[in-house]
Amino acid sequence: MKPRSKAKRIFVNRLIMAISAAVSGLFLFILGWVLYAVIMRGGAALNVSFFTRLPTPPGVPGGGLANAIIGTLMMTVLAIAIGVPIGLLAGIYLSEFGQESRFADVIRFMCNVLMGTPSIIIGMFVYALLVVPAHRFSGYAGAAALAILMLPVVMKTTEDILKLVPNTLRESALALAAPRWKVTLGVVFRAGKSGLLTGILLAIARISGETAPLLFTALNSPYWPRRFQEPTANLTVTIFNYAMSPYTDWQQKAWGASLLITVSVLLLTVIARFALAERRK
Amino acid sequence: MKKFVHSSKSIRADIFFRWLTVLGAVIVVLVVGGIVLTLLLHSRLSIKQFGLGFFISRLWNPVTGEFGAASSIYGTIITTLIAMLLAGPAALVIALFLVELAPPKLSRTVGLGIELLAAIPSIIYGMWGLFVFAPFMASHVQPALAKTMPYLPLFRGPPMGIGILSAGIILAIMILPFICAVTREVFMMVPELLKEAAYAMGGTTWEVTRKVTIPYGLHGILGAMFLGLGRGVGETMAVTFVIGNNHNISASLFAAGNSIASTLANEFTEASEPLYLSALIELGLALMVLTFGFQAVAHLWLKSIRKTTGVGL
Repeated sequence: MKPRSKAKRIFVNRLIMAISAAVSGLFLFILGWVLYAVIMRGGAALNVSFFTRLPTPPGVPGGGLANAIIGTLMMTVLAIAIGVPIGLLAGIYLSEFGQESRFADVIRFMCNVLMGTPSIIIGMFVYALLVVPAHRFSGYAGAAALAILMLPVVMKTTEDILKLVPNTLRESALALAAPRWKVTLGVVFRAGKSGLLTGILLAIARISGETAPLLFTALNSPYWPRRFQEPTANLTVTIFNYAMSPYTDWQQKAWGASLLITVSVLLLTVIARFALAERRK
Repeated sequence: MKKFVHSSKSIRADIFFRWLTVLGAVIVVLVVGGIVLTLLLHSRLSIKQFGLGFFISRLWNPVTGEFGAASSIYGTIITTLIAMLLAGPAALVIALFLVELAPPKLSRTVGLGIELLAAIPSIIYGMWGLFVFAPFMASHVQPALAKTMPYLPLFRGPPMGIGILSAGIILAIMILPFICAVTREVFMMVPELLKEAAYAMGGTTWEVTRKVTIPYGLHGILGAMFLGLGRGVGETMAVTFVIGNNHNISASLFAAGNSIASTLANEFTEASEPLYLSALIELGLALMVLTFGFQAVAHLWLKSIRKTTGVGL
């Protein structure tokens, strides 16, 4: 090491520390800037008719995005109904049955690949699988795409949480002659309940703001979501369409929808974090 | 449940339950296999028609049926490069701040803030980028860049706000939390003993970081970078909002361009011709290969550091 003066070394150290504090501050500032913009502009767009009315053509005042809010909720619920049970089962397999086997490693690898697959590619896959054969965009296809996005998240957290449950619990239940399924669902699941819930919440948070997989599956619609066999209105694709339009009242509605999405995603994330922190205590 | 105990029924229920969980696991394999198969099958037409020339041709003309991926691939590479150049070092110094410098309470607050940044959906960054950040770039940042470095072709052309540069910066903001989270874990994995030994030799915090912490966790840090790279390449909505969507290759970073993901988001539902659709799906295939490659490298490196330290990430 080259000999360097003490003053210089201390100066360099202080400089780097100042830079690191400044960069951290900058990113908190950006977070604040994004939230500020969403709250100010979105807040101005929210009123009662935003939640109760159908959208109006550009230039016609009033109207709302009630159909998109309902459509998003419906698709999210259906996606949860499909994605969560499959994710839980696959997670149970990994932690309770597969463990260190070759096949379980393959499944883990596939889970990682799916986790990293860009959501727009999942949209293309569901398009080819469900939209092309049916010759129409549908709410079912949208929900299927969202379910696929949830799958690896639920699966991974389930495996991680169940692995934390001590083996002595399983052994004592099995010693009482309880069947394996009863041990898993009644004992192991109960021990990991809050953790599993956290995983599901995080998975829901992940799909709540997803747009790309809905573009080619659910598409969008200006009508009430009556049947799932048709293109289904949803908030995120509405934001995309409205933001790209030249009409200021549509753009304002897009900000309102953005606020709604941001608030729900951040709420879900914060609740999940606090539940997890509580558990660790 | 007493009636199940020791009965053949209970054994059958157990076998059924086990196979049910296997089914759940197999579905994951089927989905991944299905994705790869779909991309391969549906891009056949385009692969046969254009061959390898697809990746170097700059033509993109749906009317005449000529498709080349060069502009989309160029845009993806340049925006991701800008994002990595900004987010990589930034994530490193923020992780340094969180682990070595900040008092625990502040560290937790900043950590939570970065985590929330990661949770905000892509489309929200798109809205912010298009309506707030791009005008700010056009009125403040881009004129300043053009003024200070007029000799660089990178900063020429009208400051429109939207374009490659803005897309790259927003991408940086989006991938930073992911890189930062992993880098922070890697920093925390370095044994205290090593660091204390270096401090005892009279090293300053930065010297200990540069000569002990970073070399020790180098594989992990590189893994974190590749994880961010894999994420940035596939990021769709935010980029689509601000990149300008133009099949164009320009030396200027102010110019509008496109990326693989933004081309897909914009044109997929409009593609009525089989060849057009097939060309888009071949783009999707290229994107899948890119993300898979980056993530494979990331996992390999992160795995190697986990083995050496014996601590889970």
